[in-house]
Amino acid sequence: MEKEAGPETAGVRLDDPWDDVPAPGRYDQDGTGGAATHDASGAAAPDPAPSAADIYLEVHRSAAFREVRRRYRRFVAPAALAFLLWYLAYVVAATTAPELMARPVAGAVNVAMVAGLGQFLTTFLLTWAYARHARLRRDRAALDLRWDTQEMTRGLGR
Amino acid sequence: MKGDHQTLALLLFSAFIAVTLFITTWVGRNRQGSAEEFYAGGRLFSPMENGFAIAGDYMSAASFLGISGLIALFGYDGMLYSVGFLVAWLVVLLLVAELVRNCGRFTLADVVAARMAERPVRTAVGTSSVTVSVLYLVAQMVGAGSLVALLLGGTSDAARSWTVVGVGALMVIYVSFGGMRATTWIQIVKAVLLMAGAVALTVLVLVHFHGNVNNLLNAAAERSGHGKDFLAPGLRYGGDWTSRFDFISLGVALVLGTAGLPHILSRFYTVPTARAARRSVVWSIGLIGSFYLMTIVLGFGAAALVGSAEVRASNAAGNTAIPLLALDLGGGEGSTGGTILFAVVAAIAFATILAVVAGITLASSASVAHDLYASLRRPGRKKRSEVAVARTAAAGIGAVAIGLGLLAQDLNVAFLVGLAFAVAASANLPALLYSLFWRNFTTRGAVWAVYGGLIPAVVLVLVSPVVSGSPTSLFPGVDFQLFPLENPGLVSIPLGFLAGWIGTVISPEPPDEARHAEAEVRALTGAGAA
Repeated sequence: MEKEAGPETAGVRLDDPWDDVPAPGRYDQDGTGGAATHDASGAAAPDPAPSAADIYLEVHRSAAFREVRRRYRRFVAPAALAFLLWYLAYVVAATTAPELMARPVAGAVNVAMVAGLGQFLTTFLLTWAYARHARLRRDRAALDLRWDTQEMTRGLGR
Repeated sequence: MKGDHQTLALLLFSAFIAVTLFITTWVGRNRQGSAEEFYAGGRLFSPMENGFAIAGDYMSAASFLGISGLIALFGYDGMLYSVGFLVAWLVVLLLVAELVRNCGRFTLADVVAARMAERPVRTAVGTSSVTVSVLYLVAQMVGAGSLVALLLGGTSDAARSWTVVGVGALMVIYVSFGGMRATTWIQIVKAVLLMAGAVALTVLVLVHFHGNVNNLLNAAAERSGHGKDFLAPGLRYGGDWTSRFDFISLGVALVLGTAGLPHILSRFYTVPTARAARRSVVWSIGLIGSFYLMTIVLGFGAAALVGSAEVRASNAAGNTAIPLLALDLGGGEGSTGGTILFAVVAAIAFATILAVVAGITLASSASVAHDLYASLRRPGRKKRSEVAVARTAAAGIGAVAIGLGLLAQDLNVAFLVGLAFAVAASANLPALLYSLFWRNFTTRGAVWAVYGGLIPAVVLVLVSPVVSGSPTSLFPGVDFQLFPLENPGLVSIPLGFLAGWIGTVISPEPPDEARHAEAEVRALTGAGAA
């Protein structure tokens, strides 16, 4: 993942007409001599630099951002649906099917006890799984995007 | 004998008050009153500290005494509360915590207003936040009054009233002088005390049964007088279909309400990053989950060792189950061990209430100053410092809560808490989730979502059996009951989501694509976060 992050964030590029006036310090690697002259003239033009809104729109469209969002949603949407349904099923079963819930499992422990403790267990497991997923699959890419975006919007009071 | 544990309990109360006042003054020294400092405590708490503080904010006396008491009286049905209160944290962890940390500065309204027209949205979300906080606050104050009166033996009305006034005055002092930093440290101290007390009692119960949970459950079932039924659902909510639907409604409100509680959401602003916010929720889920597991052991332990009949005789709602259990575990009435344990438990319960009310007062004063005052202030009038307004608001909210707490002394505490959760889930959660996840959400949708959940929730309670039409209601003499359920969640939560959807669909203005892009980028990456 870390390998892709570089080229992907570099893909955060402004394609609108103002693009030939780069944000200060952003496209150094392009190394075109023209950039410096544009920069000087750009300061005098009425609205040369991209606004913060344009930058956010561009980041929003970038592949790197989409990837972060996709990873977040692909984990959270099914997980949230699953635990809400499982909790709802538990509450509905406890209120409408007491006979089923009272069925003994082992000793004094019955189905209701197992289901209740199961809710605790699944909560702990999902917490662990989510924290792990976020730490390994999302944090670094999100942080890279954060610095890039802040770098681009620096000095653009909006 | 009665005098002994009263004296000891009073000493411990005083010690706790002294410690918290010391924290308030010590923390407040050399700090200039910036908004960052007052609302967010400087944003530099560690995830572990914030995790303890969140747990301290969340585990109210209602859960420590109330849930164990319900388990001691009704067995399994009390356990349903524990499950709901814990599972709710998954909603917070997965959908809310990190995004809220990235998008907002101090309050819930910051997040919703980020991509909308500020004024109407702030006014709406600020109003519903204050409503939720005041309901929750009154519940805690009423609980404090009856609890302290109960534990100290003086059940006279004067003792209860003075307790309510004293708790109110203390919370205003903590918040006005210490802000978020003092409040956070008070929560941490309280959470440590509460966990230590719960662990000690749980170990004593388990040692008593030689670690055999099966024996504990069997003994509880036997002493309860219900036999095996005690260990299965149905004793409390098993009656007619109305009471079953009432429980489903409460269950839904519990699980969805936590993520809309303003005092919980404002805790995420005390850590530096979204990652730290996530790690603090992981800490708090560990603490809260183990705490609720222990309340289950304690509840069944109270049923087994004290007996459901004795618990009921002491307090019909079961609130004294844990103090009685402590007395019994320490060696019984008159023994030194029993006296000490009883006093310690009473002091912990008191500390719990003080810490929780301080957290809620701070959150609601933030809503008043940062959301309502900022958006309703007439332009052109001299602008006062927001922190000064917040300090004044804390005093005002304290006065309102004391007044309502004195009026509502006979109201059921669990009902008030359930209602606060229902309002939070119907008014705050739809607006919050839509604004975080729905691209086309508009200003009108946000305003409608808030009022479309808030108004039905409040109206349905007014026409519910809680207020009129049944012997146990607030006005037993009259009958304008139209709605059968005590908890409005099952109807008002879907209405909140529906109103937000309709408001958005029929909005005249198109959704603002640029501001949505900005909000989403900031939410998921943390760019530009405060």
